Amino acid sequence: MATLELDLAEEAVSAPVRKGRRFGMLFWAAIGWIVLVCALAIFAGVLPIPDPTAMDMLERRAPYSWEHWLGTDGLGRDEVSRLIYGARISLVVGLCAPMIGLTVGGALGMLAGYFRGRFETLTVGGTDVLLAFPPLILVLAIIAFLGQSIFNLTCILGVLGIPAFMRVARATTLTLSRREFVIAAQALGASHSRILLRELLPNVILPLFAFFLLGVAVTIVVEGSLSFLGLGVPPPISSWGSMIGEGRESLEVAPRLAFLPAVAMFLTVLAFNLVGDTLRAITDPRQGAL
Amino acid sequence: MMQQSAPSAEPLLKVDDLVVEYFVGGKTVHAVSGVSLDIARGETLGLVGESGCGKSTLGRAVLQLRPAVSGKVLFDGNDLTAMRGDPLRKMRQRVQLIFQDPIASLNPRRRIGDIVAEPLVIAGIKDPDKRRKMVCDVLSAVGLDPALVIGRLPHEFSGGQCQRICIARALVLNPDFIICDEPVSALDVSIRAQILNLLEEMKARYGLTLLFIAHDLAVVKAVSDRVAVMYLGRLCEVGPSEQLFAKPAHPYTALLLEAIPVPDPDVRPAESVAVGEPPSPIAPPSGCRFRTRCPRADARCAAEMPELRMVAPRQYAACHYPLT
Repeated sequence: MATLELDLAEEAVSAPVRKGRRFGMLFWAAIGWIVLVCALAIFAGVLPIPDPTAMDMLERRAPYSWEHWLGTDGLGRDEVSRLIYGARISLVVGLCAPMIGLTVGGALGMLAGYFRGRFETLTVGGTDVLLAFPPLILVLAIIAFLGQSIFNLTCILGVLGIPAFMRVARATTLTLSRREFVIAAQALGASHSRILLRELLPNVILPLFAFFLLGVAVTIVVEGSLSFLGLGVPPPISSWGSMIGEGRESLEVAPRLAFLPAVAMFLTVLAFNLVGDTLRAITDPRQGAL
Repeated sequence: MMQQSAPSAEPLLKVDDLVVEYFVGGKTVHAVSGVSLDIARGETLGLVGESGCGKSTLGRAVLQLRPAVSGKVLFDGNDLTAMRGDPLRKMRQRVQLIFQDPIASLNPRRRIGDIVAEPLVIAGIKDPDKRRKMVCDVLSAVGLDPALVIGRLPHEFSGGQCQRICIARALVLNPDFIICDEPVSALDVSIRAQILNLLEEMKARYGLTLLFIAHDLAVVKAVSDRVAVMYLGRLCEVGPSEQLFAKPAHPYTALLLEAIPVPDPDVRPAESVAVGEPPSPIAPPSGCRFRTRCPRADARCAAEMPELRMVAPRQYAACHYPLT
């Protein structure tokens, strides 16, 4: 057998280079805002703030004061505590609903993209039907039927999010499962579940997570819109959307009542989008190499 | 390491009349049509052919990564086409694949240590220390420093280094047989020789049998004991490497050899270099599949499919009018 002339040169493996991953000020500001909102929402019960549902008819639409930092609303309820308790609702719905989409949609999408065949046809067809249905009407119908509650709202928004997550997961899995490392794993004798969990999931989870953060932002807005229409959480519980809705009545007298919850929602949505975008860009291994 | 026995009568791999087809948009692609091959223990069989002739499909069909329509693949006496599920997975561990694109065949999000240890985990070796030792051994064997390599991700390595890692992964379970699917085509010419030498070295050290798929005749000539030439899903010619390169019997082999560029600007390329593209495997020509481009073809070639016949000792050609 012929031996080629070139000898095995010891290939120099350069010492690991520490990668400077600079996130930028905006990213940290966004993280800071999310942490602040989450902390306030979690510890709302132990914070020294007034009861968000306690009315004070003598102090209606009171301006900023030591007692009420951001004043009171049309029924004399403290604006600060209503904002903080409202963050609870927005965050619970905003985080839990996409979580349902992420797990169910992600799993369905990966299975469809990996196994193909009839299962894929069924899943894609099913989600297409769900996508084609006007979501607002569906929400209205189901809320009217099941009644207004945070749990119902979260479930409905979660189910409505499944098709989008399914599509992202399926598209990513489709391209990945053609890649040679998946064929290599099959050739090694790996089982389907091992290939799905060890080879595909680590590659699918990041685009899905970036999409999840986007989903959080969208869901917060949708929950707000529904509450604005009076279809979200039932009163007297406050949510940012219902606060905007209530503030609309006194836009000319006290515009801050609609404006403050809107700003809170805007900043939170923006923060989630920023973090999602930055994480996606940074965790791409090939970009990290540049 | 493994047995370095004299070539026994029983071939390690026997492919018998294998047919692989797949379906694209309602049409049947005849990727592999009735290929029979024997590979003896310790032998390197080179498989050459133009792109799209089915050589990679054949390699994958051996491992049952593509289902065969008919035919048999006997590995060490076991029919792989009849196996399903766990027994097939167990058998696959004795046959390993090395791919053309070394970077794509490593999971971008897993560390090299985990990638190379993966076959061991799948094979059920539970002791992490033992796995670590085996991984380090095989990485040193392919010329990489385990301490530097294990904790890093594939994108931190060059193509040649990635191919070494792929070879390490293929070797870590001590397989009997390795299918190299164009292992050097994607690499720089300067790295090719290193990887080919490494394969040779590993073949001797681990007692391997190789199926070496390539379209580069020079590479195949350098590594193979025997060479099989494939055209449009069928074998044209099989024979010992030196003999086949010196005296090709099939017109297609002769044509391939003429197409090798000569490193001399004064030598004019031969006139008979193949005209046109190979026909589509969706509608292969009747009779001999090469007849549409063959200078010697006549009515008999269109009517009758030539079988592989012995044209010289150990050399077989599927042609009605062989050159020798």
